[in-house]
Amino acid sequence: MTNRSKQKTTTLNLRIPSQTEKLSLAREFVADAAKVFGFEEDDVHNIALAVDEACTNIIKHAYNYATDKEIEIVVSMNSPEFEILIEDKGKHFNPQGVVMPEMKEYLSHYKKGGLGMYLMKKLVDKVEYSIQPRKNVVRLIKYLH
Amino acid sequence: MNEFKISFRESGKIHVMELKGYLDAHTAPNLEEAFQKLVNAKKFNILVNCKDLAYISSAGLGVFMAFIEDIRTSGGDIKMSNMTPKVYNIFDLLGFPMLYEIFSDEHEAVKKFDAKKQSSK
Repeated sequence: MTNRSKQKTTTLNLRIPSQTEKLSLAREFVADAAKVFGFEEDDVHNIALAVDEACTNIIKHAYNYATDKEIEIVVSMNSPEFEILIEDKGKHFNPQGVVMPEMKEYLSHYKKGGLGMYLMKKLVDKVEYSIQPRKNVVRLIKYLH
Repeated sequence: MNEFKISFRESGKIHVMELKGYLDAHTAPNLEEAFQKLVNAKKFNILVNCKDLAYISSAGLGVFMAFIEDIRTSGGDIKMSNMTPKVYNIFDLLGFPMLYEIFSDEHEAVKKFDAKKQSSK
């Protein structure tokens, strides 16, 4: 066992209904945890925005705007790693099917969708998607430097 | 819940929208409606003052993308001003400053609109 795995991990979780008006709750929950973890204000903002984007994608694509579903957010804090899992039980999402836009070319065609995934990758250190039994999981990692 | 408000005023022939609060997937439809109203009324010179805009997600950025082409084709423009560094950083991450003129102060943006009108006379 390494020293790191002996360190205590603090885990917090929040469930929100699949409604855009609840996005602010998700942002505040994650921002509070990130502040306690020791992130500077800009990083706190960026982490909250990445979670907002992940939840928005779930509401739009996994649940197709159904408002009676649930999104679970699990924050695990084990310095220097701040991990956020965002889980849904909706339609599977295949990130391989999404081509990351080359922004200059993308903007020149005035497209409006698909900006969220691009933004998430810019805001945190890692973005991973996995399909687990009966749920989809987006995993975001941000390191405290 | 985080609130979002839009107020309108005129500065000469420029239509100024002041955004306040949190612009996300929940509130972006309000901005979309506001742009649609201006476009329907053929008000194409639009300046968006972001002084009190605390937050923007891609849903909000998408609204600017949705209208810019039609507005420019109609001879107008969307210019922006007074962004906080936090909000500017998100526009910048997506390369928006290549596509939109963003001014630190509203007066500069108004002057730019006026200069364009002079040169097209």
